[in-house]
Amino acid sequence: MDSYALLLAATLNAGTVLALASLGLLVNEKVGIVNLGAEGMMLCAAIAGFATAVHTGSDVMGFSVGILVGALLAAVFGVLVIWLNTNQFATGLALSLFGTGLSAFVGTAYVQEKLVDRASFAIPYLSDIPWLGVALFRQHPLVYITMALTGAMIWFMYKTRAGLVLRSVGESPESAHALGYPVRFIRLGAVVAGGALCGLAGAYISLIYTPLWAEGMVAGKGWIALALTTFATWRPGRVLLGAYLFGGVTMLQLHLQALGVQIPSQLLNSLPYVATVVVLAVISRNPQWIRINMPASIGKPFYPGS
Amino acid sequence: MTDLQKRSLLKIAALTAVASAALVGCGKKEEPAPVAAPAPAASAPAPKPEPLKIAFAYVGPVGDGGWTFAHDNARKALEKEFGDKISTSFVENVPESADAERVIRDMASQGNKLIFGTTFGYMDPMLKVAADTKGVYFEHATGYKQSENMRTYDTRTYEGAYMAGVIAGKMTKSNVLGVVASVAIPEVLRNINAFTLGAQSSNAKIKTKVVWIGEWFNPPKETEAATSLINGGADILFQNTDSPAVLKTAQEKGKRAFGWDSDMSAYAPKAHLASSAINWAPYYIKATHEVMDGTWKGGGNSWWGVKEGAIDLVSIADDVPAETKAKIDEVKAGLKDGSFAIWKGPIVDNTGKVQIKKDEVADDKFLGGLGFYVKGVEGKVPNGK
Repeated sequence: MDSYALLLAATLNAGTVLALASLGLLVNEKVGIVNLGAEGMMLCAAIAGFATAVHTGSDVMGFSVGILVGALLAAVFGVLVIWLNTNQFATGLALSLFGTGLSAFVGTAYVQEKLVDRASFAIPYLSDIPWLGVALFRQHPLVYITMALTGAMIWFMYKTRAGLVLRSVGESPESAHALGYPVRFIRLGAVVAGGALCGLAGAYISLIYTPLWAEGMVAGKGWIALALTTFATWRPGRVLLGAYLFGGVTMLQLHLQALGVQIPSQLLNSLPYVATVVVLAVISRNPQWIRINMPASIGKPFYPGS
Repeated sequence: MTDLQKRSLLKIAALTAVASAALVGCGKKEEPAPVAAPAPAASAPAPKPEPLKIAFAYVGPVGDGGWTFAHDNARKALEKEFGDKISTSFVENVPESADAERVIRDMASQGNKLIFGTTFGYMDPMLKVAADTKGVYFEHATGYKQSENMRTYDTRTYEGAYMAGVIAGKMTKSNVLGVVASVAIPEVLRNINAFTLGAQSSNAKIKTKVVWIGEWFNPPKETEAATSLINGGADILFQNTDSPAVLKTAQEKGKRAFGWDSDMSAYAPKAHLASSAINWAPYYIKATHEVMDGTWKGGGNSWWGVKEGAIDLVSIADDVPAETKAKIDEVKAGLKDGSFAIWKGPIVDNTGKVQIKKDEVADDKFLGGLGFYVKGVEGKVPNGK
């Protein structure tokens, strides 16, 4: 019984990285911009955060620098894609490759470095509850922040005027422009915010999840986050669900292997991907629902003059 | 801005991007070491001989702190040993696929006379390129196919695994050991088995749990695998993957673990029990000497271990009891003079079948094709690569 509590705890931890990155990409895609550079941004933020934490000894500084780096790279991407109207997919891929190479280059000096011992986290009274305490209340604060962030994003997107403007820019930038909204700046703002979240996710990987630096350590999570956003039909709540599902099944399949279950490990290794795709496809199978939720201008460049 | 202005700005931006992309590269680094300039024919009285060009293909990043890190350290030792008589270069992150053939072919065409391919998956690509470039010598690590100008080399990593197991058996309190395993090839199965056999020699009650992640290097996944093993009751972890993530996870959760391929004690000083380190330098130096003396012959296989200085158990933790440390020294001495054999029967696999009969010692051929778990390891061997 206790091992399932630990499994749930591990799920929350594993899902947080994906959730943060996916939420960032969601913000991007809600204004109609696809940022394929998630992997590159996360890697650069990971090395930036790690290097900062090594030099200053402070996690908070590490996270802040990670966020900044993610936002900065996203800003460059934003200017290219929004003002110069370069192809979003190509630019995003270029950002990904650039970020991967740059982080490897900067990171060669930090390979053998290590951080100060991570404190173990626990919420004072709640963590002593017999089963739930172990499962839910012994996480790094960022895990809870991510859940709060999802709630905040739902509130922002669907209950505030600013969120409405954001979504309208994503649906029809021409109409928003005709109404007098500064479409390009709104888009840039969303791209930078999205980049900041991806940066936070990257910093979390190198500071908390696997506190070391190894080249390419994000190992594809940026790409998974991209897919997750699409499969979750651009709804923040479903993104969080999908992220936890993916993280959960990943930990479950490893747990099953550790138990000695007689299913081929390759099949188990593919379970997270299969499960996430299946579940999200099922909840999103209503074609009306998909049409309503997909930002209409995704991937398309916007020319204010035309 | 007008379309024309935008277009010229785009052109400049594109040129800058291409230039920086050419500099930074697509995540792969090619680092040619400074070549000792061959003396121009017109000047110097005694022309210096052209340095021997040696190239290395790595499957992971030099910064992995494990497998590739060990190879690169040996490459640096090679440079120290031979100075300006050789010039080395490497390409990292070469995938185990058709891409490898392109990279290795490129190396051969650039004048490299000795090429090291440091992972199993380069086997067929190297064989192909070797057939096409007869004057170049190919050394393939951990493989089993050879030809007239290609041979294989490997280290008896299972010896390090056995010694780690001896410590694990003594230090475990829960009697459950966990292994984070990579790809299901005989080499990894040997290591899991040797680890278990070593542990059983100090503690007959242990059992080993194995989690396969399907890759050699993936720190987040290694972390997850380590976590699930710890959640499953293991208090000592062993790995066959290339990064220190397992060690770090063990330290975080208050358990112990071993370093693998390189000395990983710096990553997790509290959790680190010992590291089974590979030293490729003696073999690389020997191969280079042979090429220089003209005595290099293809088709053979070198499988070096503790005896030849290729494997060692290093940085043993202070809290390991003195008697265990003495036992390790005994094993090392026994492996060096051939008086101790790890694979001496009776060895039974975990389905009950006798794999090695009583008093029989398994030969290298048997070990090369090993495909079972010894008794004490839980689960079924995956139908791996």
